[in-house]
Amino acid sequence: MIDTPTPRFLEHAPRFLFFTGKGGVGKTSIACASAIELAGAGSKVLLVSTDPASNVGQVFGVAIGNHITPIPAVSNLFALEIDPEEAASAYRERLVGPVRGVLPDDVVKGIEESLSGACTTEIAAFDEFTALLTDSDLTREYDHILFDTAPTGHTIRLLQLPGAWSGFLEAGKGDASCLGPLAGLDKQRIQYKAAVDALADAARTRLVLVARAQQASLREVARTHQELAAIGLTRQHLVINGILPPAEASTDPLAAAIHRREQAALAAVPEVLRDLPRDELALKPFDLVGLDALRGLFHDQPMPDGDDTSAATADAPALAELVDGIAVDGHGLVMLMGKGGVGKTTLAAAIAVELASRGLPVHLTTSDPAAHLAEALDGALPGLEVSRIDPHIETERYRQNVLVTKGKDLDNQGRALLEEDLRSPCTEEIAVFQAFSRIIREAGRKFVVMDTAPTGHTLLLLDATGAYHREIARQMGGKGMNFTTPMMQLQNPKQTKVLIVTLAETTPVLEAAALQSDLRRAGIEPWAWIINNSVAAANAGSPLLRRRATNELREIEAVVNEHASRHAVVPLLEYEPIGADRLREMIAATSLAAGSVA
Amino acid sequence: MASIHVFDPSLCCSSGVCGVDVDQALVTFAADVEWAKTQGASVDRFNLAQQPLAFAQNEIVKGVLERAGQEALPLILVDGEIALAGRYPKRSELARWAGLATPADPATQASGCCSGGRCC
Repeated sequence: MIDTPTPRFLEHAPRFLFFTGKGGVGKTSIACASAIELAGAGSKVLLVSTDPASNVGQVFGVAIGNHITPIPAVSNLFALEIDPEEAASAYRERLVGPVRGVLPDDVVKGIEESLSGACTTEIAAFDEFTALLTDSDLTREYDHILFDTAPTGHTIRLLQLPGAWSGFLEAGKGDASCLGPLAGLDKQRIQYKAAVDALADAARTRLVLVARAQQASLREVARTHQELAAIGLTRQHLVINGILPPAEASTDPLAAAIHRREQAALAAVPEVLRDLPRDELALKPFDLVGLDALRGLFHDQPMPDGDDTSAATADAPALAELVDGIAVDGHGLVMLMGKGGVGKTTLAAAIAVELASRGLPVHLTTSDPAAHLAEALDGALPGLEVSRIDPHIETERYRQNVLVTKGKDLDNQGRALLEEDLRSPCTEEIAVFQAFSRIIREAGRKFVVMDTAPTGHTLLLLDATGAYHREIARQMGGKGMNFTTPMMQLQNPKQTKVLIVTLAETTPVLEAAALQSDLRRAGIEPWAWIINNSVAAANAGSPLLRRRATNELREIEAVVNEHASRHAVVPLLEYEPIGADRLREMIAATSLAAGSVA
Repeated sequence: MASIHVFDPSLCCSSGVCGVDVDQALVTFAADVEWAKTQGASVDRFNLAQQPLAFAQNEIVKGVLERAGQEALPLILVDGEIALAGRYPKRSELARWAGLATPADPATQASGCCSGGRCC
């Protein structure tokens, strides 16, 4: 068994610890367990959670909320919960409130939308952090302050750019810099500078990268590592969480397959991460709720007895049933949407292969960073066309084009700002979607299956400017074709079906629900949800996996009852579904799993 | 010297890079404003998404928004009077309003197909 009595990332812990990683990797649990560990060693600790699913209060049996609260069960431990959405909304209100009812309603609505993106949420959350990172009366007494999240490189870089601030908070009137959201910040620039300096100070700040033993997860963490190291957060640790203990591998084929896959991912940890101090944490046979469980995260504990996991099998509709509903229309746009790593590309490929094998014309287009999936399918079936868009190439092309053509007359400061604007997540989304939109028009006569979709926020803004409409019109270029506006096409379920992809875990489900409400704001109703990599649908035999299956049922129920109008559950597979045959098996496996428990 | 107030539509960036295409007019105008300022002109910009109050508190701007909506933006006031609406001025226009020696306009590029990206 993996045993780490004192995790390396807590040795000689500095004042600030940030835990970062994709939703669902266990950041919050690890942050909680670390806070308990440090407080137990006699330090005075403040734990700051920004998890929208924050169960920190539940874990410690005390209501916390947006103020520092002592945790009675652990001496020396204090906690604070920040809801980033609430922070963003408060911050929008500061700007918009005074003009509501004064300026025309549609103008007010437009302002609200322009402050509803991911950037605003991030900046608003950072605003809340600022006081904690600077030496205020509020925080002076704490030896350690732990955050279960970290700001992105983009946010930090923006805050570091002098150009971004020119004439802003200091002069009290804007010079229309790119930091739209910064206008609503109520602190002084000097405080932000102090906060950013604290982040970049190796003596004060340690960044803990949390990943799973999966290729995609490790790749993403490697990107974060490089981005944040480049701006001074050099003191980093890697934690690989939730590794299946080798003993489980002997209990059933699925567990053995997972073990093999994880070990392969561990053996191929990206080069840039290899020199980081590393901890590996084993998958636990219990939920990480409650003090005892959290204490057990760093110390192995036996499996609790007597829990009935025999009923942990999902009785759920298969992917094939969703494909039936899609195939009926004979053509249309199918967009899979979800956070990175949930399996959008694989599912898009499976749906495309299934449609094509029914004799329907299909164009599968993916942004899969690894080319193998798309390549393995090219020419595999008659009627199936495969193309691939490389997000990095598209974004780079877009950036270069903008810098060379539009940025050529800017001075150094202006150019630095333009370059940073072009590193925003919106830019990549727009560049990729622009590339995809060349293919979308085919959806009038065949199926176009895409493994990505723009967020509702982006669509609303593009639609508001009319830019997207004009872009499509330009591309159709006087061919005399009739078209409805692209927004109308996306809003019509006969023409476009958005499938939300998630995992049967708390944070991923919440993230997917947020994507859905964002799309709804743009008048787009997701057609179905797909719960991917489900252990509950896989009939696992390993006790640890059966335990996980039990936990999944609660999440699947939430999706069915609260979020999805129709859904499918796809089991965790023994083999990666690469190639047309494996993908067809994936659909078949789905039917089998659902059928066997019906 | 005349004071020039520019009321921008909601933009996340003065550079307007967040659209499907970048609006060249915005990029050019940002550079022109910089130029005018170095010549001593007084130019202030207000972004609808960032400083809505500035729009609400100016009766002329508020009135234009009520009558014509956001399409009337950008709106340029010179000494409190409307000088231009619906497009950005050229460098030569800025110079004339500010009472600067009139420069030759840099070769004008076709404006992009986008009225100004808005993101964030």
